[in-house]
Amino acid sequence: MASTEEIRSGLAEIVNEITGVPADDVQLEKSFTDDLDIDSLSMIEVVVAAEEKFGVKIPEDEVKNLATVGDAVSYIEKGQA
Amino acid sequence: MARSQVSVVVTGLGASTPVGGDVASTWDSLLAGRSGARSLTEDWVTELDMPVRFGAPAAVDPAEVLPRVKARRLDRSAQFAVVAAQQAWADAGFEGKASDAGLDPDRVAVVCASGIGGLHTLLGNYDLLVQQGHRKVSPLAIPMLMPNSPAANVSLELQARAGAHAPVSACSSSAEALAYGLDMIRSGRADIVVAGGSEAVIHPLPIAAFGNMMALSKRNDEPERASRPFDRDRDGFVLGEGGALFVLESAEHAAARGARVYAELAGAGMSADAHHIAQSEPGGQGIIAATRKALTDADLGVEDVGHVNCHATSTPVGDAAESVALRKVFGDAVANIPVTAPKSMIGHLLGGAGAVEAMTTVLSLHHGLVPPTINVDNLDEEIELDVVRDAPRKLDDDRPAALNNAFGFGGHNVVLAFRRH
Repeated sequence: MASTEEIRSGLAEIVNEITGVPADDVQLEKSFTDDLDIDSLSMIEVVVAAEEKFGVKIPEDEVKNLATVGDAVSYIEKGQA
Repeated sequence: MARSQVSVVVTGLGASTPVGGDVASTWDSLLAGRSGARSLTEDWVTELDMPVRFGAPAAVDPAEVLPRVKARRLDRSAQFAVVAAQQAWADAGFEGKASDAGLDPDRVAVVCASGIGGLHTLLGNYDLLVQQGHRKVSPLAIPMLMPNSPAANVSLELQARAGAHAPVSACSSSAEALAYGLDMIRSGRADIVVAGGSEAVIHPLPIAAFGNMMALSKRNDEPERASRPFDRDRDGFVLGEGGALFVLESAEHAAARGARVYAELAGAGMSADAHHIAQSEPGGQGIIAATRKALTDADLGVEDVGHVNCHATSTPVGDAAESVALRKVFGDAVANIPVTAPKSMIGHLLGGAGAVEAMTTVLSLHHGLVPPTINVDNLDEEIELDVVRDAPRKLDDDRPAALNNAFGFGGHNVVLAFRRH
């Protein structure tokens, strides 16, 4: 099972690939919309890529609850548990 | 009809074509008679045993020019449009978005066309859907594949708020975009219109479809010699990709800022054949009507025209109909009007063709030089035109105007009239 930091940095790679936001900016306390300026369409792309990378399911209804990078990382951690 | 009070000039040009990644390299290649056609090396060519195995891909991949993240959010057709728009904008002397450049965004419009739209995005996402499931379809698929996507993205890029439009008329789409831009400035809806278009459909489906229509050349062993407008042995067009954008501007606005002017877009004429969904009308009646409308709109007489940049795609019927039409409009004087067919070098850019060739027409007036038509080994005796061959031809100075022809499946005819500035 991946550590919190491994998940965060894996997610940061995805975010960088899709949106161009520098991976180092993708920290746990950052808000996807307010801090990283990621629109809802890019967010769906990030989620689909994360599902594949971490082998978890993130239902569409859940995406709106993932406000920060930390929210997404803990959702993925729980999904892997 | 009296000539419009507002005259419209070309102050910027941008392009990405099979023979160059910008205007200067495209122009140099055309003057040198260099073909952009080559064998296609993609896996599908052999996997699908394609009957046509060549085309004229862009000389420079637009995805390599744009920032990576911007490129992945754009269909290839829109990538060409954004690249060409950025070039044209800079060429006109503007930097950054409209407001950064000291312009009122509400007076800047975009008219950017494609004939088919985001085909790679549509078919690529269909493949993902079928092979990997609905979850893999991009949430950006619709905004990327919609045919107004290039116009919308250029508007975003430049902060153009006077309107963003995408007229669609197959292979005359981007010529129609220039005509639409002319109207917008004449009618006072904008001071500046970034107008033109692009196409990117080098993909097995359109190649199969055009091939089954008997529209494509099958000269697989000699790609560079396949596109041969007006030649006796022409057997169809060569599929190209790319596009061009113009900065059109009211002459008054251009003069006030001391802008360099390439030429005046003096008029446009359009007609529809109402003859057949895909075949040219052999008598060229629709072309004749569009040409006469363009001349009237531009307040030009037939004696003012010193050059015609032909649509001539290298299909047997189409080239002949265009020749018939030119003879009817200009009579015996046609013998003294040098014509050329850029598709002999760049192939057929479909929705992007009109704007790229209009750009060539503008540069011919600006530099006084007409690029040659290559591959005319034996001029078809039915083509009674003065086709520029072998080397560029110098234009004489006494006739101020040049025409650009663009015709599309569906019977669309667009003729643009440019006047030397």
